[in-house]
Amino acid sequence: MSEGRRLYLDGVSVVFDGFRALNNLSLIVEPGELRSVIGPNGAGKTTMMDVITGKTRPTAGKVLFGETDLTRMDEAGIANLGIGRKFQKPTMFDALTVFENLELALKAPRGPIACLRWKLNGEARTRIEQTMAEIGLTERAQDLAGILSHGQRQWLEIGMLLMQDPELLLVDEPVAGMTDSETEHTAALLVRIAGRRSVVVVEHDLEFVRALGRRVTVLCDGSVLSEGSIDHVQNDQRVIEVYLGR
Amino acid sequence: MSLAVAPPVADARLRLGLRAGLGIFVLLLGIMPLLNLLPVTHPLHVSDFLVSVTGKWICYAILALSLDLAWGYAGILSLGHGAFFALGGYAMGMHLMRLIGPRGVYGHPVLPDFMVFLGYQELPWYWLGFDSFPFAMLMVLLVPGMLALIVGFLSFRSRITGVYLSILTQAMTFALMLAFFRNDMGFGGNNGFTDFKELLGFALNTSAARAGLFYASLVALVLSFLICLRLTRSKYGRVLTAIRDAESRVRFLGYNTTSHKLFAFVLSAMLAGLAGALYVPQVGIINPGEFSPANSIEAVIWVAVGGRGTLVGAVLGAFTVNGLKTWLTSAAPDLWLFVLGALFVAVTLFLPKGLIGLIKGRVQ
Amino acid sequence: MKHPVLILLLLCALALPARAQDAFTAGLTGLGTGFNQTAEAVDRLGASGDPRALPLLRALADGRLLRQADGTLLIRGDAGVQDALTNAAAEAAGAEPVRLNNRVRVALRGALGRLQLVSPDPADRQAAAEAVFRSRSAENVPLLDAALARETVPAIRARLALALAASRLMADDPQNKLLGVTALGATSSPEARAVLLEARATNPAIAAQIEEAVAAIDQRLAVRRAAETLFQGLSLGSVLLLAALGLAVTFGVMGVINMAHGEFVMLGAYTTFIVQEALRGIPMLAPWSLPLAVPAAFLVTAACGAAMERGLIRHLYGRPLETLLMTFGVGMMIQQSVRLAFGAQNREIISPPWMQGTLMLPGEIAVTQNRLWILVFSLVILGLTVAAIRFTRFGLEMRAVTQKRAIAASMGIRTGHMDALTFAFGSGIAGIAGVALSQIDNVSPNLGTGYIIDSFLVVVFGGVGSLAGTLVGAFGLGIINKILEPWAGAVLAKVFVLVAAMLFIQRKPRGLFAQKGRAAEA
Ligand SMILES: Nc1ncnc2c1ncn2[C@@H]1O[C@H](COP(=O)(O)OP(=O)(O)OP(=O)(O)O)[C@@H](O)[C@H]1O
Ligand SMILES: [Mg+2]
Repeated sequence: MSEGRRLYLDGVSVVFDGFRALNNLSLIVEPGELRSVIGPNGAGKTTMMDVITGKTRPTAGKVLFGETDLTRMDEAGIANLGIGRKFQKPTMFDALTVFENLELALKAPRGPIACLRWKLNGEARTRIEQTMAEIGLTERAQDLAGILSHGQRQWLEIGMLLMQDPELLLVDEPVAGMTDSETEHTAALLVRIAGRRSVVVVEHDLEFVRALGRRVTVLCDGSVLSEGSIDHVQNDQRVIEVYLGR
Repeated sequence: MSLAVAPPVADARLRLGLRAGLGIFVLLLGIMPLLNLLPVTHPLHVSDFLVSVTGKWICYAILALSLDLAWGYAGILSLGHGAFFALGGYAMGMHLMRLIGPRGVYGHPVLPDFMVFLGYQELPWYWLGFDSFPFAMLMVLLVPGMLALIVGFLSFRSRITGVYLSILTQAMTFALMLAFFRNDMGFGGNNGFTDFKELLGFALNTSAARAGLFYASLVALVLSFLICLRLTRSKYGRVLTAIRDAESRVRFLGYNTTSHKLFAFVLSAMLAGLAGALYVPQVGIINPGEFSPANSIEAVIWVAVGGRGTLVGAVLGAFTVNGLKTWLTSAAPDLWLFVLGALFVAVTLFLPKGLIGLIKGRVQ
Repeated sequence: MKHPVLILLLLCALALPARAQDAFTAGLTGLGTGFNQTAEAVDRLGASGDPRALPLLRALADGRLLRQADGTLLIRGDAGVQDALTNAAAEAAGAEPVRLNNRVRVALRGALGRLQLVSPDPADRQAAAEAVFRSRSAENVPLLDAALARETVPAIRARLALALAASRLMADDPQNKLLGVTALGATSSPEARAVLLEARATNPAIAAQIEEAVAAIDQRLAVRRAAETLFQGLSLGSVLLLAALGLAVTFGVMGVINMAHGEFVMLGAYTTFIVQEALRGIPMLAPWSLPLAVPAAFLVTAACGAAMERGLIRHLYGRPLETLLMTFGVGMMIQQSVRLAFGAQNREIISPPWMQGTLMLPGEIAVTQNRLWILVFSLVILGLTVAAIRFTRFGLEMRAVTQKRAIAASMGIRTGHMDALTFAFGSGIAGIAGVALSQIDNVSPNLGTGYIIDSFLVVVFGGVGSLAGTLVGAFGLGIINKILEPWAGAVLAKVFVLVAAMLFIQRKPRGLFAQKGRAAEA
């Protein structure tokens, strides 16, 4: 595990028009770790992912992946470093088929000429088919992504994330719109991936977080409120106040 | 912004049908200059006018293809493609001017007439080399390509998209038009270039030369189509469509969308330049009016009428709209601009997928 | 202040004729006997300042002055031949025309100039001042002094003062010369500068003072040029502002890209024409046709805008590229309709008198009245637009709808209604711009085509959604354009501005006054 890179956020702040979406946030995700992030709406969870993936530039603070300063790179560069992301609102290419969406995500040279020369060989085809089996979309391979249901879109986007074969996976609310058995499947999948890869999961579904069973970070008002096992944070008085209620 | 949602199998069969139709169409075009050789009384005789006007339309079809690559696939609605077309035309025009040699009105051995008239003592440096055909052909592609590279690089890097990009490209062609109207640019000002004599040793006013240019354009059209087809059928084409529909998502997959768009835009500009270069010797004139923003936007409507995002649609649209234009401007000249305006409205409101979409709807 | 002038005038009026009586008759002696004698007589007549000398010398200059053998002078006029002294009709038989040579002609020019200085006709006096300035002779100094004291027309006074100063420069005594240098140095006239430079060569003694005076003039000229460039820039800026303001509402606030905007401007100009023609027969209203055209143009184009929004544009919300193409098509149809209805040629709009002519600001800064009015008008319209958006119920609802449509709808605002009204508002402003532009541009069907790209650049340059940005953008681009013009030429300056605006937009895609927040990312 020592050869992996760790994600290191230090004192990160993001200010929109005077509003602090992230406030001096610090977080470390070790190589191979599976980390859950929870917190009330507007806590800054998605903004944190925006900062890591280069969508939003932090107003202050350091964001490192291994030795690399992510704040100096663009989205494509960060993705090519090996950081993949699944969006809160599943987004893919509606005019392309399920197969084509996965093919685009498949780890391969990304330049125009390389894409022009690209030939789908047996190895790549097998990988795509395996992934389609994993996400349960084998039957829909030739359907346009635009006609999939919300849950299927969630799966397709997870599939695309798997195709990228990233070192760090950022997964924003993966199980919204999934059935219970699908949720379990997803949890098992993420647990399986972790270890080889680092994973950061944002989710409101506490059962799911419990099923992941690893370290949990609670975000509130843009900074870390509490961190520890699920039982630890569930019994933290402050967390109960601002998030869990009761 | 989702395009046709159709079962792929039926889609493929339709595509095959359209391709076959296109093949037949190209064949028909191919025999036109031959039919022109028949005696005028022969029922299958094709008039000189029809041949020359068709030759023009073929060039327009190449322009439409290039625009479709940028707009229909990569989502770059360029309102300045007329500028690339005109630049290609000017590069070709410079070659043709050099070939006039001492046959100009003033009989100067090197300088074109307008330069003698304006008191030039020698050729400006940027005219050097244009006496060579290969060099001129290179410039036909490179000049529009370089402009597209610069404008595209600056815009795409700054993430200027949508209508902003459209207005920017329109401003680009407008600025070029103003510049080319100036006499001291060394491009003949107002009058541009005309009175061409020959190309590759053939006198331009012979019917053989005209047929030759016609076939050259036809071959260029077929080649452009095949290039675009190869491009859009590849994974690169799918990346382009993905960029068109959700550019930022493509970036998060690790694609540098700037370079992908730039590649398509520059290639598209080169094709437009090629179209312009073939157009100029056929119409015998090029002037700054070619840069007029209205020309560029008219080309956009060809693509929209045919059906953007489909290569056959672009070709179909170019021929349909220009056929209509040629017919109407002689039959009812006052009406043409109304019809063109109405086409813009009708296509955007009622026929977003163009004629191809209409045919697809019928077939299914 | 008034008294000394009055008294001087009176004195002149009384003294001149009495003295001149003799001088005139005395001056005539020798006229026509020989070239030298004639020239001397002409000089004397010129110095006499007698009004009767003027027709006589003019006749001489035209070859209409005849001399009989006995020395009687006759003038041949339209009504026949008259005695030059008594004006009685006379017989021309035996009379010979008085002949001229170059010496006489030179004398005549000077004399006529001096005499015209006291002519009752201001045009004569103006011409005389010019002539005296050109001939520049120290002898004219007293004459000019007197003329200047009498003169009341400011423009002629200025020319006289210039002529006086220039004539002083030719005087022999250094005191007088220095007076002339100082007076010339106090003007801001390029002519005075030329005179001074000429005098520098011949007067090495006072070269330093001359240099100083030239420098003073140069400085004043530079200031004037800068002021005029500034005004031209402001004027162009006001035109851009007017053209772009409507767009700042439809595109900036609503996000609708209306390529027919230029055609709405054109419709406004044609409405001005129609109002003018309709009121032509009504003497009471005719002078007011331009102010009346403003509301008329607003209503006409606002109605067109509302119809277009409800009928067409609303079906394309969220599809800006399609909207762009569609509205371009509509613009084409509007343009062609107008071309068929009114013809392709320019229509003439008569400017009201208060908009004509040129205004001289202090420091001889020339300002055309109509441009000045348009500048003021554009600022007023901007002010009204801002007020309408900020302080009215309509503005409040408009902002509500464009910012959060769903919430505005849930609060009972009829959003569709507001879209139509907002679009009509923006289109109406375009119509008002057309009224103003009809004063300085050709009213033809393609009036609007030239403005659309500029307007978009202004709106985007200033920052979409910010009226302050539109203001700064319009005047910024206008002034930069006019600053570039002198050394680049009009066309190239425009090309430079287009390229610069394009580059600027690429560096700051959100414009000068960028909007922030999630709304800006859409
Ligand atoms: N681009 C932006 N401009 C202005 N405000 C923003 C922007 N992005 C996020 N915010 C604000 O930052 C805060 C944090 O948003 P974020 O999306 O990160 O929350 P979250 O924790 O993901 O919430 P949820 O659980 O609802 O997804 C919110 O109040 C949001 O309104
Ligand atoms: Mg979120």
